[in-house]
Amino acid sequence: MNNTLIPFFVIIPLASAFLISFIGKFAKRIIIDALSCVSYLLLFVFSLYAVSLTHGAGGMPLVYTVGGWAPPFGISMVLDGLASFMLVTVNLIALCVIIFSLRYMERYTGKPKFHTLFALMVAGMNGVIVTGDLFNLYVFLEIASLSSYALVAFGTEAEELEASFKYAIMGSVAASFIFIGIAFLYGFTSTLNMADMAHVLSNKPATWVIPFVSVLFFMGFGLKAALVPFHAWLPDAHPSAPASISAMLSGVLIKTLGVYALARIFFNVFGITPQQSSVLMFLGALSMLVAVVLALSQWDLKRLLAYHSISQIGYVVLGIGLATPLGILGGLFHLFNHSVFKSLLFLNSGAIDYVVHTRDLKEMSGLKEKMPVTAQTNLVASLSIAGIPPFNGFWSKLIIIFACIQSGHGGYAIAAVVGSLLTLASFMKVQKFAFLGELKEKNKNIREAPLSMTVAMVVLAVICIGGGFLLLPSFRFFISEAVQVLLNGNEYSSLVLGAVGR
Amino acid sequence: MTLYLLCLLLFCIGLYGVLRKRNLVKMIVGLGIIEYSMNLFFVLLGYRVHGRAPLDARNQDILNMVDPLPQALVLTSIVIGLGVMALIIAIAIRIYEKYGTFDITKIKRLKG
Repeated sequence: MNNTLIPFFVIIPLASAFLISFIGKFAKRIIIDALSCVSYLLLFVFSLYAVSLTHGAGGMPLVYTVGGWAPPFGISMVLDGLASFMLVTVNLIALCVIIFSLRYMERYTGKPKFHTLFALMVAGMNGVIVTGDLFNLYVFLEIASLSSYALVAFGTEAEELEASFKYAIMGSVAASFIFIGIAFLYGFTSTLNMADMAHVLSNKPATWVIPFVSVLFFMGFGLKAALVPFHAWLPDAHPSAPASISAMLSGVLIKTLGVYALARIFFNVFGITPQQSSVLMFLGALSMLVAVVLALSQWDLKRLLAYHSISQIGYVVLGIGLATPLGILGGLFHLFNHSVFKSLLFLNSGAIDYVVHTRDLKEMSGLKEKMPVTAQTNLVASLSIAGIPPFNGFWSKLIIIFACIQSGHGGYAIAAVVGSLLTLASFMKVQKFAFLGELKEKNKNIREAPLSMTVAMVVLAVICIGGGFLLLPSFRFFISEAVQVLLNGNEYSSLVLGAVGR
Repeated sequence: MTLYLLCLLLFCIGLYGVLRKRNLVKMIVGLGIIEYSMNLFFVLLGYRVHGRAPLDARNQDILNMVDPLPQALVLTSIVIGLGVMALIIAIAIRIYEKYGTFDITKIKRLKG
């Protein structure tokens, strides 16, 4: 059966976390590195296979019932177009980041602990993606967040601890809002299975419960996704972490725990209403503009990138919030693109930090001649995030802007264009101060980052350049099937329940 | 209904502790109160007046049974809460080692 593949997305990283923490004390460093790399490679191959499976199933989700208990009684794991799309995104970035960290994390003590926590974080994210049960989603969300709190504090310096404390407090409050929302939904529908819940909700008269729970989820998942009124933790937490962790947090964690969970619940369980979609669009546009303005005045490279993460999440949420086929296509495509170029940018900042030992833009200049690979990949990523053709960021932003105009939200389209111009301006600043100009005297003897770090950056840069090809008709199913899942809305329940024969 | 309102009150007290207190330890206690209130709320949802334990026994008509599912879920949630709490306390101890204070207004190297 094909659906026995699904639990392995959680089992592989969990097993690797367990093994590494077990043998980490006495095993050779190379064995741990190899074990970690092999498990992420395996996960990436499995996720590509999952895409071909869902493509072959022709829009029908694959359902794995844990322990053989059919929904709504047991926990089910659902693999559909959206889930396989997210799995590819998460595991691709995880693979690149772990290759980068092989050398980068040598600077820290306790590298086996890093591998353990990283594997737990990936297990949590993959679990959030494949689960079909609302409480199970909460559990996986907490696994991923808990390991990310620990990873932010990994250096145990004063600033990292402070950032981690702030992040942990806000993250836990957000999780408790989500928990109370789930409790209300359970009290209202007497079920926790998302498909069954969607079925029950579509037969219930509208009451105050759904709007109330929506508000709780907007607060909870919005805080996890760092949308603007709830963003205060992100500019502290993401720069403080080691660069490979920042790449993972900004690249995929906020999208999986925030945007994916939000989209899955609002579209597939509640069946999105115009009010909810207008709230999503407003929050998206607000984050897009506010964060990019704040980013302009930053001199700390990683802090600047962190503000841009908030801004780009705004684009994703705006696109998905439009709830039109074109808007969701743009939003999801931008989600994929943003995870590629933002993790590339954070890895670049990590490479600079590794070589020059600074994050301050004023301290680095003229790095281009000494670090050609970092400079070139950073140029590619900067042009992508600013939306310059032919890089991938251009296409997704173009689609989002077109979708705004098509559905009659001209104001949001203008906001998207303005946000894009300001992004370009702030990345011009990065290019000018970090890579162009005179080389500083003290930096005369630096060398390019080691091979494993440059390999990871080059791979991500190639995906940035080639990302636009995903829109070609022969590759389009990768995104369009994910879009179809969200467009199906409430039909998710009949599809999933139909797949297990109920 | 009164019970639910008291639960909400407990939640608000916890939220007040997290948002308004300046001492890290008091913030952690506030977070603990939030967790207790939400666990209590979830258990209350499954409670039935004069309900009996959800055990399946022979020769008995079970008329009014307490919903067992929230209890199982709350057990999971308590364990998660324990993990989060242990981590946050560990971080707070390390912060005290670095800064020499628990006062949040003096721990301000990051701008937000």
